[in-house]
Amino acid sequence: MEVLSQLQTIFRDVFDDDNIVITRTSVADDVDDWDSLAQVNLILCVERFWGIKFSLDEISNFKNVGQLVDLIEKKIGV
Amino acid sequence: MYPLNASETLQKKKSLKKKLLAQSVNWIEKRVAILGGSTTAEVKDQLEIFLLKNAIKPTFYESEYNQYWEDVMFDNPKLKQFEPEIIYIHTTSKNLTPYKQVKTKEKADALLKVQLGKFEEMWDKIFATYNCYIIQNNFERPPYRLLGNMDISDYRGFSNFISRLNQGMYKYAQTYPNFFVNDIDYLASEFGLSKWLDPKYWYLYKYAMSIEAIPALGFNVANIIKSIYGKNKKAVVTDLDNTLWGGIIGDFGLDCIYMTMDTPMGEAYRELQKYLLNLKDIGVLINVCSKNDYSVALQGIMSDDFLLSPADFVCLEANWDDKHYNVEKIINKLNLNPDSVVFIDDNPVERDIVSENIPAVAVPYFEDIIYFPQHLDKQGYFEVTAITADDLSRTDMYLANTKREQAEASFVNYKDYLKSLNMSAEIKPFKSSVIVRVTQLINKTNQFNLTNKRYGEAEVEQIASSDKCITLYGKLVDKFGDNGIVSAIIAEVKEDSLRIVLWVMSCRVFKREFELAMFDELVAIAKSMGLSSISGKYVPSDKNEIVANLYKNLGFTNYGGVWVFDVSSAEDLCKVISIVR
Repeated sequence: MEVLSQLQTIFRDVFDDDNIVITRTSVADDVDDWDSLAQVNLILCVERFWGIKFSLDEISNFKNVGQLVDLIEKKIGV
Repeated sequence: MYPLNASETLQKKKSLKKKLLAQSVNWIEKRVAILGGSTTAEVKDQLEIFLLKNAIKPTFYESEYNQYWEDVMFDNPKLKQFEPEIIYIHTTSKNLTPYKQVKTKEKADALLKVQLGKFEEMWDKIFATYNCYIIQNNFERPPYRLLGNMDISDYRGFSNFISRLNQGMYKYAQTYPNFFVNDIDYLASEFGLSKWLDPKYWYLYKYAMSIEAIPALGFNVANIIKSIYGKNKKAVVTDLDNTLWGGIIGDFGLDCIYMTMDTPMGEAYRELQKYLLNLKDIGVLINVCSKNDYSVALQGIMSDDFLLSPADFVCLEANWDDKHYNVEKIINKLNLNPDSVVFIDDNPVERDIVSENIPAVAVPYFEDIIYFPQHLDKQGYFEVTAITADDLSRTDMYLANTKREQAEASFVNYKDYLKSLNMSAEIKPFKSSVIVRVTQLINKTNQFNLTNKRYGEAEVEQIASSDKCITLYGKLVDKFGDNGIVSAIIAEVKEDSLRIVLWVMSCRVFKREFELAMFDELVAIAKSMGLSSISGKYVPSDKNEIVANLYKNLGFTNYGGVWVFDVSSAEDLCKVISIVR
């Protein structure tokens, strides 16, 4: 839950929209402006915030927010 | 501004951009074309942030991915229509022809010629087609060294090839003053080459450098652009005790302060002295603001161990007043805007006082003298894009001004004082040798500036050669010295009238009746061309109040915002300056 809510802060920053609410099932189509360019920023901000690195494979295969949350939790050992 | 706050500029760039755009500053607008050899989206965003921080509002053209060369070399109506004022070529070592192992020196030379030729052809074409500024990345060191250490020294090494290619680029830069190198080779080493190159972002998104390095890249390019348009800082106001030397001279005496190479600490302070002395030599005005008795401060400055001499400083304020009063006093004496001043002090309390009272003054963080010269350097306050004769002797010109002030004090009648200066002026149409200085003047002048128009060197050249335009530059000499080129006028011939498009004059020569001399010349030209009137507009900014009534005072009449002057009845207004024609 904590990871998801922190992730939401990052989404709000990146898209500069304080009304964004994300859930585990959110996908790119749910958020305006979430294109591949914004995706780069999202990934980077996540990597910076938690001090983790994703592999090429992981980045290429993100399906939804839930998957991202699981991956972050796995990497930080929650 | 440095170190850059990457989490702000990367994660919150959208809200940061909004915040910056909401500032009420005198924006200048510029059209920047980014032609990339790799993905440029983030490069554009970061460059925009740092331009906005310098009060430059950009509009962008972006090439398609890796189309930088094609965009220039083939007919491109979209770019033509955009009319770029700056073209930024964002290429990196990734864009170099895959380098196959060469066996002979001849083969290596031939490859170099082809590669450099391809770029030179493109730069030439840009100048011919768009007549704008070019900012070109140099090439960074490659991520690996096939030949190990020999990769850099042997013609067969790729590192060697890149190094020679860069040298070719620098030669071009020294030939064409409107061509600027964006030194990503430095950025990469400053950032750390192994962090700079993040293959992941190349494979995924075709970014030729780590995203985290892009704020530094944007900052660097923005520094070049703000320097081109005259937005560099112009003066430093520095503290003395524990800033330029170690210890407090008033308490310990001259013998107990550190400033020589004899001690490690002394050497550190000397480094900053050296840095400031070098800044002075490229045209930055250095001033002192110190809480000390004047005579005590002077004792330190006159000491043989101190690298600078009193003549290296324009203003020397050593007293016990609050520092912001003294900084304010120096700003007024130099006739500068607060936003062109940098305040240096080791004491956080003094820095706060100055920041709070004069927010526009730049106040770099000063934690430890050991790291401070580098820290100051990285701010990009004084980014150099041209060095004119004026830059080299600026301090002397200001010091001559001090002598003028002393002379002025001895006259009761101001006119008598002006006459005593034995002023003579050279007022002539722009010629090629003055273009760089005139451009600098146009872009740096905020106060005596009627229309706030900014032109690049290329445009000034074009205007100078246009037969529809009348141009005048003015150079003023008096018994205390040469003030250099201090005023410029650009006017257009419209039917039987001469329309003033731009008129600037350096604050260095305010109250010398020089504007009258410039105007007399303009009137003489209008008369000789058989024109009946001169017209002009005053476009207010928050800094040019001083010329709000200029046209009125010169005898113009206001017709709904346009000031008009009848040439037929005009007589020379300036009586104190002799004109060399």
